[in-house]
Amino acid sequence: MSTHYAWWLAIAFVVLGPVVGALLAGIDRRLTARMQSRQGPPILQPVYDVLKLFEKDTLVVTRLQTLYLWFFLFFMVISGFILFLGSDLLLSLFALTVSGIFLCLAAYSTNSPYSNIGSSRELMLMMAYEPMLILVPLGFYLTTDSFRVADIVAGSPWQVLQLLGILVGFLFVLTIKLRKSPFDLSSSHHGHQELVKGLTTDFSGSDLALVEIAHWYENVILLGWLYLFFAPWGPWLALPIAFALFFVEVLVDNTHARLTWSSTLKATWWVTLLVGVTNLMLLPLVV
Amino acid sequence: MEGVRRRPGLGDPLAEALPCRFDLPRDLHSSLYKGRGFMYSIGLLILFPLLAGIAVARAPDNAIRAQRVRISAGAIAIATLLLTGLHLGLGPEFYAIPGWLHATLDGFFRLAGVALALVLLYFCRHIVAREWYIPVLILLQAGLMLSAELAPVHPEVAHPFYIDSFTLLMALIVGVVGGLICLHAVQYMRDYHAHEPEVADRQPAFYFVIFLFLAAMFGIVFTNHLTWLFVFWEVTTLCSFWLISYSGTDEAIRNGFRALGLNLIGGVTFAAAIAWLTYGPGLHTWELDRLVAAGSALALIPAALIAVAGLAKSAQLPFSSWLLGAMVAPTPVSALLHSSTMVKAGVFLLVKLSPVFYDTVAGLLLSLIGGVTFLVTSLVAVNQRNAKRVLAYSTIANLGLIVMCAGVGTAAAMWAAILLILFHAVAKALLFLAVGTTEHLIGSRDIEDMEGLVYRRPEMAAMLLVGILGMFLAPFGMLLSKYTTFQAFLNMDVMPGDGLLLAAILAFGSAPTLFFWSKWMGKLVAMPRRPRPSTEPIARDELIALGALTVITYVACALFPLADTVFVIPYTHYLAALGLIPDIQAVIPWETVWLMTLMLGGLFVLPLLFWLKPPRFAEVSGYLSGANVDGSASYRGAMGAERMVESRGYYMTGFFHETTLLRYGGLGTAALIALMIGGATL
Repeated sequence: MSTHYAWWLAIAFVVLGPVVGALLAGIDRRLTARMQSRQGPPILQPVYDVLKLFEKDTLVVTRLQTLYLWFFLFFMVISGFILFLGSDLLLSLFALTVSGIFLCLAAYSTNSPYSNIGSSRELMLMMAYEPMLILVPLGFYLTTDSFRVADIVAGSPWQVLQLLGILVGFLFVLTIKLRKSPFDLSSSHHGHQELVKGLTTDFSGSDLALVEIAHWYENVILLGWLYLFFAPWGPWLALPIAFALFFVEVLVDNTHARLTWSSTLKATWWVTLLVGVTNLMLLPLVV
Repeated sequence: MEGVRRRPGLGDPLAEALPCRFDLPRDLHSSLYKGRGFMYSIGLLILFPLLAGIAVARAPDNAIRAQRVRISAGAIAIATLLLTGLHLGLGPEFYAIPGWLHATLDGFFRLAGVALALVLLYFCRHIVAREWYIPVLILLQAGLMLSAELAPVHPEVAHPFYIDSFTLLMALIVGVVGGLICLHAVQYMRDYHAHEPEVADRQPAFYFVIFLFLAAMFGIVFTNHLTWLFVFWEVTTLCSFWLISYSGTDEAIRNGFRALGLNLIGGVTFAAAIAWLTYGPGLHTWELDRLVAAGSALALIPAALIAVAGLAKSAQLPFSSWLLGAMVAPTPVSALLHSSTMVKAGVFLLVKLSPVFYDTVAGLLLSLIGGVTFLVTSLVAVNQRNAKRVLAYSTIANLGLIVMCAGVGTAAAMWAAILLILFHAVAKALLFLAVGTTEHLIGSRDIEDMEGLVYRRPEMAAMLLVGILGMFLAPFGMLLSKYTTFQAFLNMDVMPGDGLLLAAILAFGSAPTLFFWSKWMGKLVAMPRRPRPSTEPIARDELIALGALTVITYVACALFPLADTVFVIPYTHYLAALGLIPDIQAVIPWETVWLMTLMLGGLFVLPLLFWLKPPRFAEVSGYLSGANVDGSASYRGAMGAERMVESRGYYMTGFFHETTLLRYGGLGTAALIALMIGGATL
């Protein structure tokens, strides 16, 4: 991959990332609606929603919450920038983690019981999926001898088979990262009543719009991670597969009831151990 | 990799091992003479804190004592800075001393060793029945040392002192961080005695022991002569025992003895290593650098024995309980034990011995001991509400990470270990002192009581946040070390799956770390539900110490490439040039450096923008799912009654069980230690 191309890709992510993310969200909502035998909103509905949020008055509990949200968005963009630049995957993951922590801080700072529980749960979920997310770059390092995204993209076409366990584990934690049921513990996208809106309870107006935009970026980053597994096959094959797997998550979302945090934590760590760590241990035999 | 390591035959190991050691610094006679000035400055650095301690202890009144503490602490910090500045870029130097001085010092250290044992035995008059093993260990250790020193033929020591860049970094940590902690103690101890009138005021002795502690730490980092090093080592054990027992309550005395007993186990294995190096087959030397240079074929047994001493001192499982018990001591003592002294002495020696462990099963087992400690104590830290206990467990966990790296023994792993030592020392000193000051201001060290500190005491909150970010995020010293650690683990090649096991442990252990630090930060940034004013000013000395540590933490994180080129790279290069470790250096690509700088820049620029052009959003009280009555503090419930709002953090005590985890962790690591020593002898 030439460096020019990489720079354009990274800049394209910063500019077009939210657009792609919004489309993904729109398709998600439409698919969900069809699964529930509804018509569903237009594909661009998420964009209309966010534009409307910017029009609304913003109420805050503390002005500092906006600053924490800026950090959330900033580190999210940096994480994706690193990824699409073809740079270090582990570094991109670190930035993603920092970003997640700032979202929690924003929610903690408002200190309503609902945001409080929401952010505690979000941190718990981070604790659950973090080991598996770290195993992904480690797996790529073992197959391509590099943490660099550019090298992974140019890796062996067999890497997805070598890292099949890692892929399964990643798909598992992807459900958590996308805040899908059975793991939507922290923000209640399905309007589970006891948490109101969890993490986002005390965000409104442009603050909430920032959160939405950051989530769009996040979904594009996650799609990018998914793409990496199939990247050596070339974009014409890898992109459709990544999209297809991405939307399998919508199906999971609509067919599963929510778990408690303790069963989520246990299940995720067991999956990480059984699928992820085992895969890595067996890798020397497969390579 | 095999080719670069020397594995001399057993016939005459030293004759074969020596020549290539001499080709770097020692051949250069000129540098040896030039170095004489440095040698005396080392002596001065060790002696000065001792003299300062005496001067402070003999001060006629409180005000003069405080002044003498300030001056001495400042002088020690400046002296280490000067030494570092003068020695920068000169490379490692080993110093011979004149025969008469050598003989005098030999006699002095032998006497000091005996006196130390006698003092410790004298303290043992306070032990209870189940602590019977303490005097036994003292006698055992003293017997082993005397038998080694009185051996008919004992190894000659050519160069009792040395300086290299790693040593310099350690000296800086001891001098600057230790000095700032002394400064913080001035006001803190005065408040401490005002708060706790039943504790006997023994401040003169307190400061003397603290300065003695610093002197012993300088001794440990500059001494190449193992038996002298051992005396300094035991002085730190004695000092920590005395300081932990300072308050004189039964709990404090029991915890002091626990620290003494566990560290004496390490002392006995250290003494056994010296006895082995005197009488045992193979390697005969009392010099640390020769021990390291002998490589794993010859030095593994004594290195493994000394490693046990290092594990005990750095509070790794199964020895960790002494560091938790040490919390009963006044805060400056905790800060000293956790950041710049004591535990750092343990990992310092382990990192020094690291080349011996490279590519050995014993090294892998050492890494596993660190790994188990890291994982278990990170999980246990999630349970803690007491801020000091969180800090204590996180110290043990971080040292576990350093031990993991030390056991691997490649340049990359040592690089990560040394940077971890630096970042941990500054951030942890800051956190301990900040928690101590906060406790005096708000009257509690419970994390739940620190809710809203950003609004109640912004300056304290800022310091705590910088410390916490420095511990696990801030761009990104710790992250960078972890990054390199992952890389180092994946390139290991002792047996199949070894590095992966360590990497998986690191991945699983990092997750709870993220959890417990973030939820603490969450408490700090939370908008307080009801006003809890606190207007008491912070004492000047405390403010200077805290402010300086905050700045140092920031600078250390921002300028890590500088610390890297000045202190770490010369050291690993030197070891690689000696052929002790493979010549593959940890290189952080420029792309990574500028991406990190970009993130760090964001952390500066966004608050600046926010401050320059703050969004003017209307402030309301938080959502309570009812009509708010008193802001966010209460609301009108279903039956019209006013209900108070309470919500607390998650401590997951039903999920992770502290005692169970520690018990199994302790058993597991004890077995690993037995295996490590067993494996070394095979």
